[in-house]
Amino acid sequence: MPRKAVVNRRKCAYCGACIAVCPVDANELVETYLEIYEDKCNGCGLCSKVCPMGALAMVEVE
Amino acid sequence: MYDVVVIGAGPAGSMAAKTAAELGLSVLLVEKRQEIGTPVRCAEGISKENIEQFFEVDKKWIAAEVTGAKIYAPDKTEVVMSEEMAGNEVGYVLERKIFDRHIARLAAKAGAEVYVKTTAVDFERKDGKVKVRLRRLGEDWEVEAKILIGADGVESKVGRRAGIIKTLRMDEVESCAQYLLTGLDIDERYTYFYLGREVAPGGYAWIFPKGDGSANVGIGVLPKIAKKPAKEYLDAFIEREGIEGKIVEFVAGAVPVYGEIGTAVSDNIMLAGDAAYHSDPITGGGIANALSAGYYAGKVAAEAVEKNDFSAEFLRMYDNLWKNDFGKKLRRNKKLQEKFLEMSDETINKLAASISGKNLKEMSVRAIVTELLKAHPKLLLDLKDVFM
Ligand SMILES: Cc1cc2nc3c(=O)[nH]c(=O)nc-3n(C[C@H](O)[C@H](O)[C@H](O)COP(=O)(O)OP(=O)(O)OC[C@H]3O[C@@H](n4cnc5c(N)ncnc54)[C@H](O)[C@@H]3O)c2cc1C
Ligand code: SF4
Ligand code: SF4
Repeated sequence: MPRKAVVNRRKCAYCGACIAVCPVDANELVETYLEIYEDKCNGCGLCSKVCPMGALAMVEVE
Repeated sequence: MYDVVVIGAGPAGSMAAKTAAELGLSVLLVEKRQEIGTPVRCAEGISKENIEQFFEVDKKWIAAEVTGAKIYAPDKTEVVMSEEMAGNEVGYVLERKIFDRHIARLAAKAGAEVYVKTTAVDFERKDGKVKVRLRRLGEDWEVEAKILIGADGVESKVGRRAGIIKTLRMDEVESCAQYLLTGLDIDERYTYFYLGREVAPGGYAWIFPKGDGSANVGIGVLPKIAKKPAKEYLDAFIEREGIEGKIVEFVAGAVPVYGEIGTAVSDNIMLAGDAAYHSDPITGGGIANALSAGYYAGKVAAEAVEKNDFSAEFLRMYDNLWKNDFGKKLRRNKKLQEKFLEMSDETINKLAASISGKNLKEMSVRAIVTELLKAHPKLLLDLKDVFM
C-alpha cells in the first residue's frame, strides 16, 4: 500500500524544514500552516526525517 | 510593471529591496507572513563587523553583546575564544523580530512597496519579463516585473521552480529546535557551543545570551545521522547540562548546509540568502551572507535595468559578486563540515585537548582550524590547502 505524509498540526511549528527537502514539491507553508498535497506526495518520508518537531507521520493509504 | 519583485522579507529580501529602491528602481517586496520577522527561525548571533558594514547599530534590535565564545568537546574539554581587551565586543545577539522589520522599513522608506500577508504562489517567464501571481486573503492577481529576486528562505520555491537549485539531501540541512529561556545563571559575555554525536549528531547545541538572564538555547542535528527529532535532542541536552530556566518562546527551523551552489541566477531571476543556500555549512550562520547577497542582488538589478538586459549571462555579475565575497568560505567550510562528520567523539576530544588553554584571540572558525593545524598537521592534511 502506498504511503503518504500526514502532519500533526498541533505539533508543527511552521519551520519549513519539510519543504526544503521534498523532492516533488508536494508541500507548502501557506501563510500560517503546513499543507501537504496528497496527490503529489510520493511517500518518500524525507520530510518526516527532517522535521524537528516529529510532527510528520507516514501513513498507509488505499 | 515593476523593475523588481522581491519574494520574502527576511534579511536577504529586505536588503535587496532597500538597495534596489535606493538606486531608483520601482520595487515590490512581498512577504507571506502577516508579521515580518515572526515566527523567528534563528539563534540571532552575528559578528559586529558584519552588522556594522550595513547598518548604524540601534540598541532597539540588539539583545546582547558578547566578547567571546566557549566551545565544549563531548568530554567537556573547553576551548575559549575571546578578544584581548575586555569590553571589545565582537558579536551581537540580535532581536530579529525587530531587526527584520527595521530593514523592511528601510526598504519602504527608500520607496519600495511592501505587501505582507501576501504569498507569491507562482511565476512565469514570458517575453523577456516575469509574471508573478500573488495571493492575499484568498484573492489572486498578477504583477509583472523585469526581475524576480527569490529571497524566500530555506523553503524557497522560486529557486526550485526556476531549476536553479535542487532540494536538500539529508546531509545538506540542519534540523533545529530552540527555546528562549529566562531565569538563567550564565556568564553573558560568552556564546557557548557543545559538540558531540550523542548531544547533537552532525551539528551542535548552543547557548546565545540575550541579556537579563535569558538566552537562546538550541540545537541543530543532521537528519542523515540523527536518530530522533531535534526537539528531543534539545530536551536531552538541557537535562544533561542541568540548565534551569523557563521557556518563554519556542523556535523550530532548518538551515541549509550545502556549500556553494554553481549559480544563483537564471533569466530574469536571482536568488539570495537561504534560498540560494548561502548559509554557512559549519556554523549554520546565514544572516550576514543573506544581507550581503541581498545587497549585491539589488545592485545588479539596477545595472540590469539600466542596460535593459535581464539575461542569465548578464545577471552572472551577481554570481561573481557574492562568490567573490563569501563563495570560497562556503566551499571551505563545506569541506570542514565533511571532515567534522567523519570525526568520532574521541577525535573531537583529542583535538579540543590539544588547543584547550591556548588563547584564541579571534572568534572565528578559521582561528580554530589554524590552531588545530599547528597541533595536528597530518590529521587535517586535506584541510591545509583550503585554509592556509
Ligand atoms: C534555529 C536556527 C538558528 C539560526 N541561528 C543563526 C545565527 O545565530 N546566526 C545567523 O547568522 N544565522 C542563523 N540562522 C540562519 C538564519 O536564520 C538564516 O540564514 C536567515 O534568516 C536567512 O535569511 P533569508 O532572508 O535568506 O531568509 P528568511 O529569513 O528565512 O526569510 C525568508 C522569507 O520569505 C518568506 N517567503 C517564503 N516563501 C514566500 C512566498 N512564496 N511568498 C512570500 N513570502 C515568502 C518567508 O515567510 C520568510 O519571511 C539560524 C537558523 C535557524 C533555523
Ligand atoms: S513524503 Fe516525500 S514526497 Fe511526500 S511530502 Fe514528504 S518529502 Fe514530499
Ligand atoms: S518540518 Fe515539521 S515543524 Fe517544520 S513545517 Fe514541516 S511539519 Fe511543521
